[in-house]
Amino acid sequence: MSKPKFGIVVFPGSNCDHDTYYVLKKLFNYDVNFLWHKDTDLNGSDIVILPGGFSYGDYLRTGAIAKFSPIMNEVINFADKGGYVFGICNGFQILLETGLLPGVMLKNISLKFVCKDVYLSVENKNTAFTEGIQKGKNVLKIPIAHGEGNYFADKETLNQLLDNDQIVFKYSSEDGEITDESNPNGSVMNIAGIINKKGNVFGMMPHPERSSDAILGKTDGSLIFHALANNILN
Amino acid sequence: MLIKRRPTILDPQGKAVEMGAHNLGLSNIKNTRIDKYIQFDIDTPDKSAAEKEVNDYCSKLLANPIMEDYEFNLEKIK
Repeated sequence: MSKPKFGIVVFPGSNCDHDTYYVLKKLFNYDVNFLWHKDTDLNGSDIVILPGGFSYGDYLRTGAIAKFSPIMNEVINFADKGGYVFGICNGFQILLETGLLPGVMLKNISLKFVCKDVYLSVENKNTAFTEGIQKGKNVLKIPIAHGEGNYFADKETLNQLLDNDQIVFKYSSEDGEITDESNPNGSVMNIAGIINKKGNVFGMMPHPERSSDAILGKTDGSLIFHALANNILN
Repeated sequence: MLIKRRPTILDPQGKAVEMGAHNLGLSNIKNTRIDKYIQFDIDTPDKSAAEKEVNDYCSKLLANPIMEDYEFNLEKIK
């Protein structure tokens, strides 16, 4: 394998699928294919991305209906066998509803849809999604855009996340300090991204695909895609 | 069926609506919680089969047991 193949799932209501495709294919020249929600085959993908958006109109709860899309059976089987699955924003919400990651998303504590650049402290660099981000680079600048990104889990789940080092990103100040002021949505412990215990399923609320093209003035998101691609090749 | 957010989980929608109540001058209103009430028909003559199916519908799709509790009533319609 000379380069990994990404599969981007398209649900009705996904709206970051093409941005992600543009970044991975046009900017970085990885192999990428779209996977329609009614498909029952991942088409040889090495990495499956659940993109941002408003799958099924966010009806009932965010991500709740997408989890029963035919493609999700394949995604769950793939993840169970150790395949890499990356959920961004709505994709993260779908991973929570599916149970591939623990916890739930509540409405932002401000009740407002929040769309802005935030800083993320990298809490764990020993994951396939973060290993290789250069030494000394411990804070990433990546935008968020969501109304329901207030991560919540019970105490027992949080303890498990801590014990297994599953918290990958926390909202922080530009200097990497974890403060209430830098928490944009009320997430418990400032959690912005978590990984499963096995280390192959990862979800984050911020949008790395919106901070990958230098023309937009920030490229920290690209570090995650490159880390993932390189770690899969090795 | 009725889906209620667990009492320990913040209900920002309820909080916002309550703020409106206070702005209206209804100052005694407390602990507003917005729940979901869902109605549907189920086409089976067998009550226990109906209960099982409704329970699956509730626990697997309509409610998220991590943050919500649910209860339901079945009524015969003919």
